[in-house]
Amino acid sequence: MIAEDSLTPAQKIALRQSRRQRLRTRLATFPWWLVIVGLIIGATLWLITKSPTYSEAFATIRTGMVVTLVITLISYTISLLIGLFTGLGRVSSNIVSQNIATLYVEVMRGIPMLVSIFFIALVLVPGIIEMLSFLGSKFTEAGLTGIGASLANMNTKSISMSVRAVIALSLTYGAYSAEIFRAGIQSVPVGQMEAARSQGMSYGQAMRNVVLPQAIRNVLPAIGNDFISMLKDSSLVSILAVRDITQIARLYAGHSFRYPEAYTTLSVMYLTMTMLLSLLVKLLERRLANNGK
Amino acid sequence: MENNNSSNLVEIKSVDKWFGELQALDNVSLNVPSGKVMVIIGPSGSGKSTLLRCINYLETPTNGQVWFNGEKMSGDQKELNRHRAEIGMVFQSFNLYAHLTILQNITLALKVVKKLDEKEAETLAMEQLKRVGIADKADKMPAQISGGQQQRAAIARALAMRPKLMLFDEPTSALDPEMIKEVLDVMMMLAKEGITMIIVTHEMGFARAAADEVIFMDHGRIVERNTPDGLFNNPASDRTKLFLSQILHK
Ligand SMILES: Nc1ncnc2c1ncn2[C@@H]1O[C@H](COP(=O)(O)OP(=O)(O)O)[C@@H](O)[C@H]1O
Ligand SMILES: [Mg+2]
Repeated sequence: MIAEDSLTPAQKIALRQSRRQRLRTRLATFPWWLVIVGLIIGATLWLITKSPTYSEAFATIRTGMVVTLVITLISYTISLLIGLFTGLGRVSSNIVSQNIATLYVEVMRGIPMLVSIFFIALVLVPGIIEMLSFLGSKFTEAGLTGIGASLANMNTKSISMSVRAVIALSLTYGAYSAEIFRAGIQSVPVGQMEAARSQGMSYGQAMRNVVLPQAIRNVLPAIGNDFISMLKDSSLVSILAVRDITQIARLYAGHSFRYPEAYTTLSVMYLTMTMLLSLLVKLLERRLANNGK
Repeated sequence: MENNNSSNLVEIKSVDKWFGELQALDNVSLNVPSGKVMVIIGPSGSGKSTLLRCINYLETPTNGQVWFNGEKMSGDQKELNRHRAEIGMVFQSFNLYAHLTILQNITLALKVVKKLDEKEAETLAMEQLKRVGIADKADKMPAQISGGQQQRAAIARALAMRPKLMLFDEPTSALDPEMIKEVLDVMMMLAKEGITMIIVTHEMGFARAAADEVIFMDHGRIVERNTPDGLFNNPASDRTKLFLSQILHK
């Protein structure tokens, strides 16, 4: 700290002005919105502890938390795997895999998620099951009773709506993360692949050992944000009557007519989770940026 | 037709390379005897890089053949990877693996391609880092060392594979002037050790000192091929004369 007494009057004025300037920029860049979000979350928490109707709503909706989290985590993991392989297909020089990957990505991106969840859960999955059991009966006719019987016994009802919800979310998000992985792979300079190939690595070895580690590091924040989106979009599975927090809130609101309690609590639950997660992603982003130096 | 002279490590036979409508190489033939240092010079866009890249098939020739070590190069991936492991390449922009330390840069291909275990690979890698004078940088990331050191690391990475042939594509063009010498010194040392090298460079002093033969390329063709003395002192073609006068008066 500078001792203010030892300064000339002009210097004192300059010092005061620069302090005022700094205060002004700090006020301008301060995340006021975050304070408001905090207040909203705090107020709702207060309501949940103080108001019997709110605490009943929360106690009820909370029972769907496990379903929401499990569906999100499983779908997210599968979608990353699908996305990785589809992304590799997109950048591949093989025309067949390139076209299959592009077809999948473009079709999924061209359909609203709500609609593709309906389609996958209620048309695609039953269709595939029917086909399998048809194949099973053909196998049985052909004398392959073992495999035939197990296929023929499959029926649509044996696949629960939760599983279908996971399939639907994985397939839709697989297409999104494919684009993230593709962008990541393309962000790695071609010289990296060339150097690896020039040393005698196969395309696959070069991809695994040289390109993908750099590509994934480049897209980690985007992949993290995808998890947040997935958490929110998992609410769509409530239309399949899967009992996640959204579905339970809907049911609760439906027969108690406590709409404000149900939907305020539900909204604040999502908001709390997404805020915490995006904070994590920001920290991750900052760490990656520092590591790069 | 398909015979080849076994004293030549590389034989390029009537190679054409087209990029769409653009012809980058026009009927290029060249043999490189074992143990010789060839320097390729020529104006930008004359096809020097493309010629180098056709030797290890980073570019596939449109027509013609490339023979390496008595075998014809082909599109077969297994064969190609086997040949490439014996051809070291050094790039203008170093192309060190950005996510790996200098040591790991060198051990990666030893482990993945040559199937050495970690210990053997590290021993070999340290040997090569000492050879190029940057053993103390083994644990640094590429971005933490100077351009000259990065290029020496890239040379060490290529050497660790025990290549029969080294290709250099303008290895000092991306370097600040004060770092050019340290890289040229390493290359000069390799030249004296008798490693077969094909070098694209604009360093005429180095070419004079290190090359057994100098090749001048223009418009995708080999215009002239001679000893350094012959080519620099008595260029046969007007285009060579013009190029030399331009580059020496820069
Ligand atoms: N991958 C490519 N696609 C299209 N054109 C290329 C490609 N690589 C090189 N060329 C073209 O081929 C010609 C020769 O290029 P290059 O071999 O890089 O020349 P040099 O190394 O002598 O400067 C140039 O006109 C260049 O633009
Ligand atoms: Mg070039």
